[in-house]
Amino acid sequence: MNHNPWKTSHYINATYYAELVKNFTDWQRDENEVRDPILRDGCRRFVEKDANLLETGQYDDWLALFAPECLYWVPASQGGGDPRKEVAIAFDDRRRLEDRVFRLQNEFSWSQQPRSRTSRIVSNIAVFATADPTIFMVRSNFIISEFQAGDKRFYTGSSSHRLVDTSGSIGEVSNQNWKTLVKQVNLIDCDQNLRNPSIVL
Amino acid sequence: MPDFDQLIHEDRVHRDIYTDETIFKDEMRKIFGAVWVYLAHESQLPNIDDFFMSKLGLRPIIVTRDSSGKIRALYNRCTHRGTTICRKESGSAKAFACPYHGWTFLNSGKLKGVPWPEGYADDFSDTKFNLAQVPRVQSYRGFIFGTLNTDAPSLENYLGAACGPIDQWLDRHPGGKVAISNANRLKFQGNWKLAYDNSADGYHVVFSHRSLLSMENRLLTEDEKGMSYYKDKPDEAPMYVQYLGNGHHFKDKRPNIENRPGALWKVEGPHPGMEGYEADLRARLGDKADRVLDIAASEPVNINIFPNLLILGNHIQVLQPISIAETNTTWYGTAVIDDDNELEGTVDDVNAIRMRTQEGFPNFGEVDDLMNFEQIQQGLTAEEDEWIYMHRGLGIDGRISIDKNGIITAPATDEVFMREYMKEYKRLMMDEPNLTIQRRIE
Repeated sequence: MNHNPWKTSHYINATYYAELVKNFTDWQRDENEVRDPILRDGCRRFVEKDANLLETGQYDDWLALFAPECLYWVPASQGGGDPRKEVAIAFDDRRRLEDRVFRLQNEFSWSQQPRSRTSRIVSNIAVFATADPTIFMVRSNFIISEFQAGDKRFYTGSSSHRLVDTSGSIGEVSNQNWKTLVKQVNLIDCDQNLRNPSIVL
Repeated sequence: MPDFDQLIHEDRVHRDIYTDETIFKDEMRKIFGAVWVYLAHESQLPNIDDFFMSKLGLRPIIVTRDSSGKIRALYNRCTHRGTTICRKESGSAKAFACPYHGWTFLNSGKLKGVPWPEGYADDFSDTKFNLAQVPRVQSYRGFIFGTLNTDAPSLENYLGAACGPIDQWLDRHPGGKVAISNANRLKFQGNWKLAYDNSADGYHVVFSHRSLLSMENRLLTEDEKGMSYYKDKPDEAPMYVQYLGNGHHFKDKRPNIENRPGALWKVEGPHPGMEGYEADLRARLGDKADRVLDIAASEPVNINIFPNLLILGNHIQVLQPISIAETNTTWYGTAVIDDDNELEGTVDDVNAIRMRTQEGFPNFGEVDDLMNFEQIQQGLTAEEDEWIYMHRGLGIDGRISIDKNGIITAPATDEVFMREYMKEYKRLMMDEPNLTIQRRIE
């Protein structure tokens, strides 16, 4: 049966969790690193685009970077942990991710009144091939500076994007064909008490 | 000492109790020292020799299950020069060696030895060299508390009427127990009492959580999910708030929910995976699925144990004061343990759903409250504007009832629970408790 992931949540099931944990374990292996400068640069531009859309508050375009059945995952444990047994700072399927953006833009979400301003730096990009030739894992480091209500603070850590070329062959990395299956954001202080972690990372 | 008769009135409290450093310092002794303070959950140190780092007020504490199985709360402070001897949040250790000069202590607190003892004239078997420890540590059904107050009642007497709601909260789970998983950890720049004041507050819900309520119902034509029952006339709804004595209070929203299996699950807001898991569990369990899904859903109660333990939904939330205007609020998730297979092999699925249901409120609800708490702390910097009102419901005939055990019941948005706990707070702050530490190993 086909389900609309914007409306109901069926794809986050036991099989999905098992695959997720497997795909995010021990994947940064030297022998899988992509050396091709064009592919690597395309992935870099994709990850920078992700950050820039968030920085400028273009949430609809940002949501469009994700595959229909996607995940935005900010673990509360170092290394990601097991989401079947642990709560996360964010574990958003498509509907929940749309929820998050809806709430962020709602004028009554007091944690974002006034709205945070952010500046986002992404670097240390490395691209890794997976068993599926159309899917790549991209690792990046980030620093997000946030200004809100007279206070400056920052988030830092590394992100892991699981990207798919939906054209079925590996062409140029473009926002049309390439989609995010999973964006995992690993904060260096994810297991510590955080002050107002309400922005999208 | 400040005059608490001047600071705490029947209908209002003075800003100083949230802003005065000397009052905060006193609270760390007269409250976070003199009453039973929640320290840890037994599932965080399940085995002999396990430990978990905690705090009793501002005192760094290592909660240990010592080599004989006894649960202790040791001061994380080397007897020699004061260094913290444990710097890991949890783990297993038979002994703790101080990183500074190597003094080593057993997990009972007993000094095991010091390097080059011939350089000392002392007899190190003297108990004065053992770690300090909290003299009274007791558990109630997995919740570990400690107090330094030799005059405090037993833990069970202290919890008193709160034992009933705690029992019910636990007994809805297989085996009558839960285990802590990990936590959503938040903090705010405000006084710890702002979070305690809020913990049974039914008045703020539709205002402070307006964005959450909109979000949870955005795909529906009528609001029916989450805390939608607070809309319109919450005081006429069957839910209620109770003051239970000793500073504890209880918000019971269960009467708003239909009394049948599956009713709790039905009001659960949208969470990742819920429809798929529900279909799967219904196929596997048939009629029993409703009861199992209810265990994955959030229990609509707030059980607030003064001063720092807030049991709500499926969470065990702990308030940790850091300074007068900084507080950690840690939302421990809980998992179901199904030793006797009451859930017919579905416990892993139940927990997978339950982790997702628990993430919702801290991330989409609590953050808005914390911003409001921070803004209260900002507002209270206005020195001449002295009072904070807690008088909703006061002086209205027939609104509040008291039963023969002294339990006070009021409509959901009433502030009676704040007024009553403030009376207890005042009593404690005007008292001089007899606090002791122990070094003798018992």
